[in-house]
Amino acid sequence: MADVGYNAEFETLAMPLFDSLYNFAHWLAQDRHDAEDLVQETYTKALKGFKSFQTGTNFRAWMFKILRNTFLTSRAGLSYANSMPLEPADEDQLLPLSPATPETLVITYDLGEALQQAIEALPVPFREVLLLADVEEMSYQEISETLAIPMGTVMSRLARARKAARQKLVESGYEGRKGKVAGR
Amino acid sequence: MNCEAWQTKLDAYADAELPPETMRSVAEHLSGCPACTAEMAQILQLKRVTASAGKRYTAPPELRARVRQQIAGKPARGGWRWALGLALAAVVVIGLGLAIILPSRTAARNQLIAGVVDRHVTALASASPVDVVSSDRHTVKPWFAGKLPFTFNPPDLTGSGYTLVGGRMVFVDGEPGAHLICDWRQHRISILVFQDQGDFGRLLPSADRPWRSRAFNVETWSRAGLRYFIVSDAGPEDVNTLAELWKKANS
Repeated sequence: MADVGYNAEFETLAMPLFDSLYNFAHWLAQDRHDAEDLVQETYTKALKGFKSFQTGTNFRAWMFKILRNTFLTSRAGLSYANSMPLEPADEDQLLPLSPATPETLVITYDLGEALQQAIEALPVPFREVLLLADVEEMSYQEISETLAIPMGTVMSRLARARKAARQKLVESGYEGRKGKVAGR
Repeated sequence: MNCEAWQTKLDAYADAELPPETMRSVAEHLSGCPACTAEMAQILQLKRVTASAGKRYTAPPELRARVRQQIAGKPARGGWRWALGLALAAVVVIGLGLAIILPSRTAARNQLIAGVVDRHVTALASASPVDVVSSDRHTVKPWFAGKLPFTFNPPDLTGSGYTLVGGRMVFVDGEPGAHLICDWRQHRISILVFQDQGDFGRLLPSADRPWRSRAFNVETWSRAGLRYFIVSDAGPEDVNTLAELWKKANS
């Protein structure tokens, strides 16, 4: 009976994450077919490794971690490997941003669409941390587990990712198209 | 502390990820600093819009079905204990229902094989039976990379009398697979490779087994999680020779 329980327990835990995992996979791979392959492979690996999963630890972080590692070793992930910051010191070179950058965020109905393009244009290390924090609403602790980086790096990388997204919105000339401006 | 220093804490403040006393001191600073408050407003706005704009992609329902099937159909290690229990129970059930179960299982298996043979017939009838045209296995194999959730090794056919024509993607019973086509004298031979799961794993024997379906010779076997079919109107021994070459290349 152990096995029926094993697969059923896995399904109960893993299937609620399906939509989130697919969304994240598509954001990473930026291709529907690659995303589908990623999700399927993630579930295969997770089911196989479910025995080694420690009850009481974070299952969601575990699943996202498997997906991300699968992405890193995939064809689509190869370019990412080159842009992956290895040392905290590299973070500063990833995308130079001056704290004094003048920026303007615009409130309009298609801000969402402009933001999607901005997130798409971000390097993967920024894109993934932003999505895990603000779409998946993961805690810094969970993000740290998922990405296998220290909490301090999560904090600094997330701040830089948000700045970079805002910077991209400004660069895309977004504020020029609509009139209603918030902040400065 | 100047505003620049405060602003390094604003993201973590927006995420409520600072220690309680730091949360309090940031809040205090914000109440008296318009510049940091404006910055905070932008961070919060970005967070809010990202939360909705980031939910951008919806998975196709077929993928969900495939993943579910994958979970249900692949007992992991330790499965024999469950299988043994089921087998014992099945003995009782089979004793009662043998006459009903067996014919329906045979029918399902024949239907599955007929589905595979259909792909061969379709290829015979098609003006362009392959999507990747090449006699070079080193061209054909990489073409499938990223299209299929598995990989396999086409054998070296040099000097065997068989010629690789090319390959394409197929679906049988909802399973994606590779369809390769070879020529042998005047005969066309199809090689189809799938993951040995779902109905393939359930209905077909893992050992080599020749079949005959609608005047075509079919050979099928399972190895290392993959299900192979060879279909042709060539003689059973010619089908078998090619099957042996494939088994050797994928042993």
